[in-house]
Amino acid sequence: MNARTAGIAVLALAAFVLLGFVPRLGNAYYLALAISLLQYTVLATAWGMFSGPTRYVSLATTAFFGVGAYTVAVLGEILPWPLVLLIAAALGAIVAAIVGLSTLRLSGVYFVIFTFGLTELIRQLVVWFEVNKSRVLGRYVFVDITQADIYWQLLALTAAVFLLGWLIARSRLGFALRVIGEDETVAKHCGINTTFAKVALFTISATVMTLVGAIMAPRWTYIEPSIAFNSMISFQVLIMALLGGAHRLWGPVLGAVPLTLLFELLSARFPNTFTIILGCIFLLIVYLLPRGVAGLFEKLTAPGGKTTGRVAA
Amino acid sequence: MTNAILTGLMLGGMYALIAMGLTLQYGVARIMNLSYGEFLIAAAFASHWLFTGWAISPFAGLALVVPLAFALNFAIYKLLLTPLVRRAPNRDALEVDSILATFGLTFVIQGSMLALFGGAYYSYSFLAFPVQFLGETVAANRLAALGITILLGLVLYLALTRTRAGTAVRAVAVDPFAAQLVAINVPQASALTFALGGALVAAAGVLVSTFLTFSASSGVVFTMKALIVVVMGGVGNMLGCLVAGLALGLSESLVASYVDPGLTLAVNFALFLAVLLVKPAGLFGRATR
Repeated sequence: MNARTAGIAVLALAAFVLLGFVPRLGNAYYLALAISLLQYTVLATAWGMFSGPTRYVSLATTAFFGVGAYTVAVLGEILPWPLVLLIAAALGAIVAAIVGLSTLRLSGVYFVIFTFGLTELIRQLVVWFEVNKSRVLGRYVFVDITQADIYWQLLALTAAVFLLGWLIARSRLGFALRVIGEDETVAKHCGINTTFAKVALFTISATVMTLVGAIMAPRWTYIEPSIAFNSMISFQVLIMALLGGAHRLWGPVLGAVPLTLLFELLSARFPNTFTIILGCIFLLIVYLLPRGVAGLFEKLTAPGGKTTGRVAA
Repeated sequence: MTNAILTGLMLGGMYALIAMGLTLQYGVARIMNLSYGEFLIAAAFASHWLFTGWAISPFAGLALVVPLAFALNFAIYKLLLTPLVRRAPNRDALEVDSILATFGLTFVIQGSMLALFGGAYYSYSFLAFPVQFLGETVAANRLAALGITILLGLVLYLALTRTRAGTAVRAVAVDPFAAQLVAINVPQASALTFALGGALVAAAGVLVSTFLTFSASSGVVFTMKALIVVVMGGVGNMLGCLVAGLALGLSESLVASYVDPGLTLAVNFALFLAVLLVKPAGLFGRATR
């Protein structure tokens, strides 16, 4: 660890300690906003962890978020909270491993299509199960978790995700993934077990998303499939990661923070035209910032303008 | 049993029709159009408006909506997608860029329709009387839609296999670089094929609107179905489209009548995955990927 890394580590630690005091400000609105910011930061960073290096566009964020939220809805009152979180994480990992094993052998567009529909599929299965087996559609979530608790848990998860992402990037796995992102055929010929590398990272990223869903669940008192599996989350996370730049660990944050604030503002002021504005922002990002803010930043700081790789894709 | 099969065949015919345009757009122009379903719903709204506001029959409406959709999609390809085609270093990059761009387009179109028509479900009554067909009672509008679907499919098949332009389009689908060597204007062929795909989905939208209720936000479902059919059948393959569409429709109808109507999407996905795991290029696809 050189001096620069140590400096960054100290700064990051200081930032996290400072951020830990946000609930002490006592303003409910800012706390809610901070929770949204953290939620999307973790989701977008987790998305970028897998999709950034491999360039597989995943639209399954909502599926895992929903699995986490629903685990809490079902088990939240029965079991102690840490155990519920553990079960949620395990469920997310199992689903991700199954999905990964069956679809990651397929490349490019097939993957997008499958993840595109996976949320809908899981939602249908949950609805079917609730209607036919448990005979309720919609559950009440009564757990003893305050807004400040949610905030601190998300903050801890954020720290964990960044640490994990940093460790992975320095490991053999991270290197394997970058080779896959550059050229999957070359990676195979180098003796990299591409399927294992992709499934492993997909599972890690999905477990984090599931945990976010579980942590966020107590925010609603009432949960039903259309709330937990709201496909808008996948889309927003994708836009955020793209705007920030998914080829860097810290890239998605650069998109998540401004866009969360913007969406907050827009959905309050222009609820009816929100979708149109969302689409226009998306198009602007695709056309004007193909490598995200992080890419722009690198281009400006590197005088040669030579950058590596393309945007997460 | 006959009823379930007949329903399945009609449903499958509709899926095949819906997927035909997408297989052209993706197979030839290499644009993975995620806003595909939105164009279908837009055409359905246009048909609804023509019928309730001007008393123009949907079949006559086709003559208005389809050329308009062709022109619109041609413009979209020229203005919105050509920059991406130029920018992309290879096919895979274009695929991803087109997914992202049309994804943004989805929101713009969907949002516009929501602002115009609201979130309510729309339908209108056209040819809504029962007729006897093969000893079963079916709705006349569904039967008429099936008839037009078969006609459209046949015309398209003949155009692609029997005409010079159709041969050029198939050549571009096989190998865009080699196609240029035999004096085919690939960008032009791509633009026209994309527009043709848009015209087909508009036709599908008009036909679907005669017997299904739809809302501003139901486009995604149709995109999904079309994508599944296209990938299952083998990208760019018309026959594959038909077979995959029918297989999907039949399985859906059988599961809905004998197992549980809530599990139709699960069946769609199980079929989709099963086909991809056995034949990654689709039922009739060439193993080039």
